[in-house]
Amino acid sequence: MIRHLLSSADLDAGTALQILDTAAEMATVAGREVKKLPALRGRTVVNLFYEDSTRTRISFEAAAKRLSADVINFSVKGSSVAKGESLKDTALTLQAMGADAVVVRHPASGAPYQLADWIDGSVVNAGDGTHEHPTQALLDAYTMRSRLGRLAGLSVAVVGDVLHSRVARSNVLLLSTLGAKVTLVGPPPLIPVDIAAALAPGTAVCYDLDSVLPQSDVVMMLRVQRERMNDSYFPSAREYARRYGLDGSRMRRLPEHAIVMHPGPMNRGMEITSEVADSPRSTIVEQVANGVSVRMAVLYLLLGGNNR
Amino acid sequence: MAYPPAAHSTTTRQPSVKVILTSADVQRVVDRIAHQILEKTQGAQQTVLLGIPTRGVPLARRLAARISAFEGVDVPVGVLDITLYRDDLRQHGTRAVGPTDVPPGGIDGQRVVLVDDVLFSGRTVRAALDALNDVGRPASVQLAVLVDRGHRELPIRADYVGKNIPTALAESVRVTLAEPDGVDEVRLYGGAR
Repeated sequence: MIRHLLSSADLDAGTALQILDTAAEMATVAGREVKKLPALRGRTVVNLFYEDSTRTRISFEAAAKRLSADVINFSVKGSSVAKGESLKDTALTLQAMGADAVVVRHPASGAPYQLADWIDGSVVNAGDGTHEHPTQALLDAYTMRSRLGRLAGLSVAVVGDVLHSRVARSNVLLLSTLGAKVTLVGPPPLIPVDIAAALAPGTAVCYDLDSVLPQSDVVMMLRVQRERMNDSYFPSAREYARRYGLDGSRMRRLPEHAIVMHPGPMNRGMEITSEVADSPRSTIVEQVANGVSVRMAVLYLLLGGNNR
Repeated sequence: MAYPPAAHSTTTRQPSVKVILTSADVQRVVDRIAHQILEKTQGAQQTVLLGIPTRGVPLARRLAARISAFEGVDVPVGVLDITLYRDDLRQHGTRAVGPTDVPPGGIDGQRVVLVDDVLFSGRTVRAALDALNDVGRPASVQLAVLVDRGHRELPIRADYVGKNIPTALAESVRVTLAEPDGVDEVRLYGGAR
């Protein structure tokens, strides 16, 4: 097993499938009366979040607690970081406290790599800038596999702001490792020309959503990042929604078995309408539940043995 | 599951191998344990068999099949994976987690018979008792093993024993069963003699 999880590219097919299989066993714990396993008793997991996040932080916290690890939540507000402490000094503090794993979210791409150099424990990337978010990709793959029964050969359309999306990047890397065929869809300014080939050979690019839908097993809608709206990547929210938003009539062009995914948080009415988000094809709520199981699997596989 | 895992030393001396139970012996022993379970549990009422992976699982299925053949009682069979409850997780690389499969009726208020192939240190059984605790609250727990080789490190004993084999610590016991391994057999691998 690997020591850190920094990028989906760290995972070969065998390791990725081991995580998904372990997650499936972890999922059975959620149905039991005692939702707790003793595997990480006495281990300390620190959630180090330099960016706002609800679902990812809570998901990691629930995962660590279900494995009986001690969890320390460190959010930047109200900490010494607000007084100007550097990432390195914070890392050394965590190191001195004996953190066995640090789950880090940071606005700077690559910050988790720096952290991994500074501390002895395992580092899990929970989203760094516009770079990667590997546990999101793992939970998406887990959701696809549990709904559709396989990953190899699936056609997956990733729709929206690929340029700024760490979710898209991690998904393209992981899905191509696992044999799915990814098509990136969105307005040209948000899909860098060379990104497809640079990430994984075989990744396709298409600027027309309607032509991609009939051949897709999975449509993954990305959040339109409103904070980037003024950067004139597209003329207006309305035009974006008309061309790349998933509404009921577009959803009906999908094959009957196809599913609709969204990493959350959603902008209802923007990239996805409520009709689609609340339809039986949507896996959005499942993705959240699966997130806990997948993160349990990752923490167990990183910390469960004597891997250092 | 022998515990710690049977280590085959690759010394220059050839280790001796002895067959303790042949295929026919294994079948007779399973039949006898099935009868004993019926006797001690008043006809296997309110009873659930839980196999401990790997070889406890096919053993539990066989016991259930024999109990059904002898008295027509269908005993629920399940699988109890103990990986996450082991006390030596940190002494090894990360172990793969196997499936746990509790019968639909659950184990609350039932008599649970844990089934394993080899009883050795007793640590596997301790882990299984912990795992059981998180799955439900059985009325009572019993233990059935194909082979008891001694050297207990915990105060644990079996209720049903196929064969007691006095062993030296350096020796190892290997159980093979037709389902995973192709043949029913119990062998004793000697240390250096």
